Amino acid sequence: MFVDTVIEDKALHKPVFLIGLSVTVLAIFFALNFTNTLFGEFLRPVIGDPTESGFFGRFAVSLVLTIIFVLNLFAISFFKLKAQVAIVWVELFLLFLAFAYSFDLKMSFIQSRVPLMISRGLFTTIYISAISIVIATVIAVIGAIAKLSNNGFAYAISSFYTSLFRGLPLLLQLFLIYKGLPQLGFMVDAVPAAITALSLCYGAYMTEIFRAGIQSIPKGQWEASRALGFKFNLILRKIILPQAIPIIIPPTGNQFIAMLKDSSLASVLGVWELMYLARTLGQRDFRHMEMLLTAAMIYWALTIVLEIIQARIEEKYKQKS
Amino acid sequence: MMDTKTNIPNSTEMTPVISLKGVNKWYGDFQALSNIDLEIKLKEKIVICGPSGSGKSTLIRCLNRLEAHQEGRIHVSGIELHERMKDIDIVRQDIGMVFQNFNLFPHLTVLENCMAGPNWVRGIEKNEAKERAIAMLKQVKIPEQADKYPDQLSGGQQQRVAIARSLCMQPKVMLFDEPTSALDPEMVSEVLDTMIELANSGMTMICVTHEMGFARQVADRIVFMADGEIVEQNTPEEFFNNPQHDRTKVFLDQILE
Repeated sequence: MFVDTVIEDKALHKPVFLIGLSVTVLAIFFALNFTNTLFGEFLRPVIGDPTESGFFGRFAVSLVLTIIFVLNLFAISFFKLKAQVAIVWVELFLLFLAFAYSFDLKMSFIQSRVPLMISRGLFTTIYISAISIVIATVIAVIGAIAKLSNNGFAYAISSFYTSLFRGLPLLLQLFLIYKGLPQLGFMVDAVPAAITALSLCYGAYMTEIFRAGIQSIPKGQWEASRALGFKFNLILRKIILPQAIPIIIPPTGNQFIAMLKDSSLASVLGVWELMYLARTLGQRDFRHMEMLLTAAMIYWALTIVLEIIQARIEEKYKQKS
Repeated sequence: MMDTKTNIPNSTEMTPVISLKGVNKWYGDFQALSNIDLEIKLKEKIVICGPSGSGKSTLIRCLNRLEAHQEGRIHVSGIELHERMKDIDIVRQDIGMVFQNFNLFPHLTVLENCMAGPNWVRGIEKNEAKERAIAMLKQVKIPEQADKYPDQLSGGQQQRVAIARSLCMQPKVMLFDEPTSALDPEMVSEVLDTMIELANSGMTMICVTHEMGFARQVADRIVFMADGEIVEQNTPEEFFNNPQHDRTKVFLDQILE
């Protein structure tokens, strides 16, 4: 969005908004009732035994939380934009940690399992995703060109393909390939089955992205190329695709990130990737949350890395033009 | 400069480079061109003018088959343009075209824009293509912009690059489709000057333009179109001083105020 040159008053500095916000937040905290949590314990000197504090206790806890919350927002509103973003990020992250901590995690258990999760699970996840991404990209280029061609067969096949593979849940495709193909006499292992399903499914989505990217190049580029006597393949390779790629990259990056996490579906086939290990390693010792949260952090970190790479590539293409 | 091998046979001064006979074209029910007969000889300079929607752009775009005609015959250097022809790209290589919106390749530098044609389709070595590109950029007077990207240039500069890009293919005919219509007023003259110079060098040119000063100075013949038909064609002198048709008179009154 494009910012206007006129600065409006900050909503947080208007009394009406502050009062409205406070009442709303108070109502929400009251409804959620934090009396029997850590917050109630903190207020024990005021409200007595939290469990027996009744309406007064519940209201007091909500009120204190509301004051802290609104004062925090009010204070942050005085910082510059970048500082605001940083502070809010840190606060939200601390809340997330507090959420994780509230499960009474056993850190030594996590430490002992993390090496296996990374060496085996993370490796398999990346391996499956990377191969699938490459295959899906190839499918997408071919699919997009087929879909834009005026060859009836090419268009029919590619549109049927995108319709089918965008129309079925990925999990269902996974089962159809893993359980269906062996019945037809083709034995497939779990990992190739997962790669096939991910490639075909994401290839279908990316076909549409590539098609839209190619179509977004103005027809004047085709005309100028034709007027110079360029043939179709040359135009596509040297003129259209190089211009379409910067347009294709952001949505494709989103697909890569989504695929990385959808590779967790391979766990239902027993592939030893991150999700599978997170479920099985925890199960044996009834330490589900430890492993699930660890896997969550690894997925998240991986996604952040991909987002950074995506931003770098976008920046590179921006400089070039 | 015209010593390199070109694809379409050489025409003599006598035979037309381009000829149209009974050409008709429709967009759905709308007839964009009706019964066009036109012959253009080597080294001739033709200006096509007329009110908007008169079919002049459509006509010029039929000459390298960016548009298809439905009836009649179009010949370029003796080769007929039709929908089943195998070698349209060969014909197009010898016909330069300059567009209203420049249509430069934004991901290539000015130099690469000019080298692309000779290097990719004429099979000319990179070094030679580069030399030729620099020579053409000198001819349009912007050699110093060679390493910039098109969107770093002004409209007038971009259009001159577009002309240079076409010239690098050493075409036999140059088509100009309203080359100054998208330009800011102060940039029109630099493009027209380039075109006048090109005309003086003996290039065969077909220009769709509203620039009547240019037409008067350069054209051997002015073709006036309205409603998809050629209403009249004449030398500039006759056309401006002694228009035959009422529609021509109305048009000239409007455009010359």
